[in-house]
Amino acid sequence: MSALALAVRDSTTMLRRNLLHARRYPSATLNLLLTPIMMLLLFVYIFGDVMSAGIGGGGADRSEYVAYLVPGILLMTIGSTVIGAAVHVSMDMNEGLVARFRTMAIHRTSVIIGHVVGSVLQCLASVVLVGAVGVAIGFRSTDATVVEWLAAFGLIALFALALTWIAVGMGMSSPNPEAASNAAMPLILLPLISSAFIPASTMPGWFRPIAEYQPFTPAIETLRGLLLGSEIGNDGWIAVAWCVALTALGYVWATARFNRDPA
Amino acid sequence: MPSSVMPTSKTGTGLAPSTAVSAVGLRKSYGDKTVLDGIDLHIPAGTVFALLGPNGAGKTTAVKILSTLITADAGELRVGGYDLATDPQAVRAAIGVTGQFSAVDGLITGEENMLLMADLHHLSRREGRRVAAELLERFDLVEAAKKPAATYSGGMKRRLDIAMTLVGGPRIIFLDEPTTGLDPRSRHNMWGIIRGLVSTGVTVFLTTQYLEEADQLADRIAVLNDGRIAAEGTADQLKRLVPGGYVRLGFSDPARYQSAAAVLREANRDDAALALRVPSDGSQRELRSILDWLDSVGIEADELTVHTPDLDDVFFALTGPSADSAAAGSAASPITRPATVPHQRKENDR
Repeated sequence: MSALALAVRDSTTMLRRNLLHARRYPSATLNLLLTPIMMLLLFVYIFGDVMSAGIGGGGADRSEYVAYLVPGILLMTIGSTVIGAAVHVSMDMNEGLVARFRTMAIHRTSVIIGHVVGSVLQCLASVVLVGAVGVAIGFRSTDATVVEWLAAFGLIALFALALTWIAVGMGMSSPNPEAASNAAMPLILLPLISSAFIPASTMPGWFRPIAEYQPFTPAIETLRGLLLGSEIGNDGWIAVAWCVALTALGYVWATARFNRDPA
Repeated sequence: MPSSVMPTSKTGTGLAPSTAVSAVGLRKSYGDKTVLDGIDLHIPAGTVFALLGPNGAGKTTAVKILSTLITADAGELRVGGYDLATDPQAVRAAIGVTGQFSAVDGLITGEENMLLMADLHHLSRREGRRVAAELLERFDLVEAAKKPAATYSGGMKRRLDIAMTLVGGPRIIFLDEPTTGLDPRSRHNMWGIIRGLVSTGVTVFLTTQYLEEADQLADRIAVLNDGRIAAEGTADQLKRLVPGGYVRLGFSDPARYQSAAAVLREANRDDAALALRVPSDGSQRELRSILDWLDSVGIEADELTVHTPDLDDVFFALTGPSADSAAAGSAASPITRPATVPHQRKENDR
């Protein structure tokens, strides 16, 4: 078997294992959706009137704020879902099973690849579920073209891949699943200081650069542009650059930790 | 992707099939703590080798290195005919490892664990199912096969663990403390399993802290202490390293002990325990002559036990706190230090 065929076959096996876990214990994944869904409902139905007024300069109605909010919530869903990957990886690394994998003649990083692909698939499923909640409370993307839909899907997948690799690196470096969960916490907190809930331009001047250039804001702005037709500008390229950089960083980090001699 | 992809065929036979494992000058240290300090091993194919040693002796480290889990600092190491340093993937294809900690996926069922292994060994779906079913049957796991492995008892997990190790048909099997934490019945079951493995011609490298286990299972035993091989040989050879058996006479009255000690000059004294040890091979004839002699000199012990040499004696002689001097001077006096032995002390009951 060629090296590539071996890598694909073993990674597929590991992916099947990962998805089997997800199927057997759906609550582990579904629990992670609670935060973004609650945020969505909280900001629309509890804070909605004030937020709408703020967004539209006094005249906006609630449906406009739903439209503003949903893209950010979708990306927050990814940040939340990958926490599961960090925990899952850390659980694996603390079990004898990974030691067994290391002593088998399999593609060495297939166990990581299985986790990564599994997590990206879970992210996509989660985004669909949370998106459905968004649609149920009135989110509509009527004028997006097929190409824009595909681009939006691609952005979501790429963003999921980037955050997953970072989360896997965090899981790999954490001594136990609890620590992994804590380490991955910023991935769900970062959207709070992005343009997900309020435009970065309304934030204090000294804070604005942080909000504008952290990974979430460019991705959120790009997704908004694709789904709602707002101005994307540089944000598309910045978002892609962030995704590529985070993917590369996470990959190097995670594989370096994995290839170290276990204690 | 990393370059660590298996270049050779799974079933590649080694260059020297008669030697399953060989190590020359194996060294490993963590920081300034030396764990393995120049170990030499030679394990012929088809034999059972036991690495025996107290906790912290370096047994697990040796297994981790020989099973490609961690790298050695130095040493020429070959497993299954392949060089560990240059061809670890070929070594992996030849070995099966059951570590000290359960290496099963607790979230999925026993059967799914087996099929996972079959997939990773690239068996066809049909072949995988056949092998999984056969091993589940062999290890008495058919009833539990559809339950999550996390719900298994310790003994069942260990059986599943070994069954998973066997999926790929490894020629060399490493078992790191396979019976630690098992109840006596599970331990005996495990011994049966290990004997069964040997009968199929595989080489077994096992570590244990139980002397009886090594005695029961192993063709050759190496005693590892403080990162060095303190002794190596068959169980019988090792037992010969310590002086023979003795009859132990215990007294409760110090005065009677003293008078007996004065008469039995050739006996070894244990003043603290008020006990005398008269060298003996434990045979009926010799026992009778000792008893007759005790009667004739008017000594009546409160307690009399016969001790034949076993691996415990070897173990304590070689790994005890003053092992160096004891081993060096072992010919002079029986090395039995019950007073200083913290655990596992037992008179021979076999």
